[in-house]
Amino acid sequence: MTEPLLAVRSLGKRFGGFVALDSVDLEVRAGERVGLIGPNGSGKSTLVNCLSGTLRNDSGTVHFDGRILDGLPAHRRTRLGLARSFQLPKPFASLTVTENVRIPLLYTVNARPGARLGEAAIAERCAELLQLVGLAGKSGRRPRDLTQIEMRKLELARAMAAAPKLLIADEAMAGLSHSEIDDILTLLGRLIEQGITIILIEHIMRAVMSFSERLVVLVAGRKIADGMPQEVIRNPEVERAYLGE
Amino acid sequence: MVVFAIFSASRLVTNDYFFFAGYLVLQFVVLATAWNILGGYTGYVNFGTAGFFALGAYSSVVLHKLFGPPIPVLIVVGGVVSGIVGFGMGYLTLRLRGVFFAIATLALAIVLETLITNWDYVGGSRGVYIIRPAQAPLIGSYIQYLFLLMLTLAGIAVATARSIEHSTLGYGLAAIRDDEQAAEAAGVPTLRLKLVSTTLSGAFMGMAGAPLPYYVTYLDPASGFNLSYAVNSIAMPLIGGTTGWLGPLIGAVLLGTIQQVATVTISSALNLLIVGVLLVAFVVIAPNGIIGLIETRGRRRRG
Repeated sequence: MTEPLLAVRSLGKRFGGFVALDSVDLEVRAGERVGLIGPNGSGKSTLVNCLSGTLRNDSGTVHFDGRILDGLPAHRRTRLGLARSFQLPKPFASLTVTENVRIPLLYTVNARPGARLGEAAIAERCAELLQLVGLAGKSGRRPRDLTQIEMRKLELARAMAAAPKLLIADEAMAGLSHSEIDDILTLLGRLIEQGITIILIEHIMRAVMSFSERLVVLVAGRKIADGMPQEVIRNPEVERAYLGE
Repeated sequence: MVVFAIFSASRLVTNDYFFFAGYLVLQFVVLATAWNILGGYTGYVNFGTAGFFALGAYSSVVLHKLFGPPIPVLIVVGGVVSGIVGFGMGYLTLRLRGVFFAIATLALAIVLETLITNWDYVGGSRGVYIIRPAQAPLIGSYIQYLFLLMLTLAGIAVATARSIEHSTLGYGLAAIRDDEQAAEAAGVPTLRLKLVSTTLSGAFMGMAGAPLPYYVTYLDPASGFNLSYAVNSIAMPLIGGTTGWLGPLIGAVLLGTIQQVATVTISSALNLLIVGVLLVAFVVIAPNGIIGLIETRGRRRRG
């Protein structure tokens, strides 16, 4: 069997006396579609932050694509191919939509060894990415002119611009309507076709169930289930966490 | 080219006062542009302009006493010294954001002032006299020589700011200004770029200060570290507009000229009042400065 793309081993993170992550193990193979769920405060976002380098994990290790990521700052991890989107969209407010996508192109794709993109290639790639997420008509706008869903799409386009191997989408659908969720799901499907591995963190069960091949459940900083989605949601422990005793 | 044209044109003016006043305005062009590289592009407000500026000036005093090299050398040395201090300050304080960073820079200026005040070699609190030659080679009048140097420096500073703006560096700095976490996630090495920014900004401030001892001929800590440098270098970009290279230039020329005119015609004590009133007015009426005002007008007319 080949080495997994992402291997997290006994990852721990504490905030003072509060244990946010308690020795979490997680493996993701290339091409897999993994859903990560858990009640509020279960440590999902902390896990994302530890994986992407926004926070430092206190214990355990993160292996990604044959490298150990521990101690690397966030921008190095993005360059290695681990991109994330933020739960609350964080666009670069003073830049246009195109420029928002341009920054990861300049700082990840062009920072990797090998051929650098020229000015024309960058412009072309920006247009391509905006086309992919359906923002081609908004290229010259500022983020403040965008709607909630367009903001989410921009967030995904920016993560995609880094040409990642693994994309961690942190609640890319929170607050969206039924049809908008389908919109984002279609978009994620397109990304998978391009060969990207995705970890989807989501509250909306309908979306997670239709997206995931595998479902991981975090409760109070511990992983309590990991397996086929249909089996996982019938797991009594998961039911208890979500529905109470 | 522009520098050369302005200097040729100004040679037609025979009144030396023009050069005295012009020097001050140009000095503010350099300071405002330097401040804006960190404050406008990167989003870190520096209240310590006077510290970097005076550091450049006092580097010149030390070198003048040691072997008196020509002023262009002093400018380079002043830039290097202030650039190094800018780098150090960046390294120590860039984990602070917003108000805390601003206070740290103010504290740095005060620490530097205290050090200089207690250093007898550069005159301490008594100040120091610099005797400058009456004539400069090739140009003649010494004040014209200083004016030309400052004009060149202003040209270099503005050209640097302009080239940063649409470079990879400029985009990286803008990303940091808008959202540091998102910038990191987009692959921007935020700490390194912020250090580039503080170093560059500090270096230009130091260069602006380096010829000061020759300009004033008497330098003491109270004038070198004067708060008006800090206030002006913040007010000028804010009034002109902070997002581009043109804003600080417009702000500095406008405010600098108004202050010079006011000094001559009304009173020299009125300067800071004018700056203050204009600053308040702009913050209320046009938060994006003159450039922002023009852009909004243009957009309204088009759409």
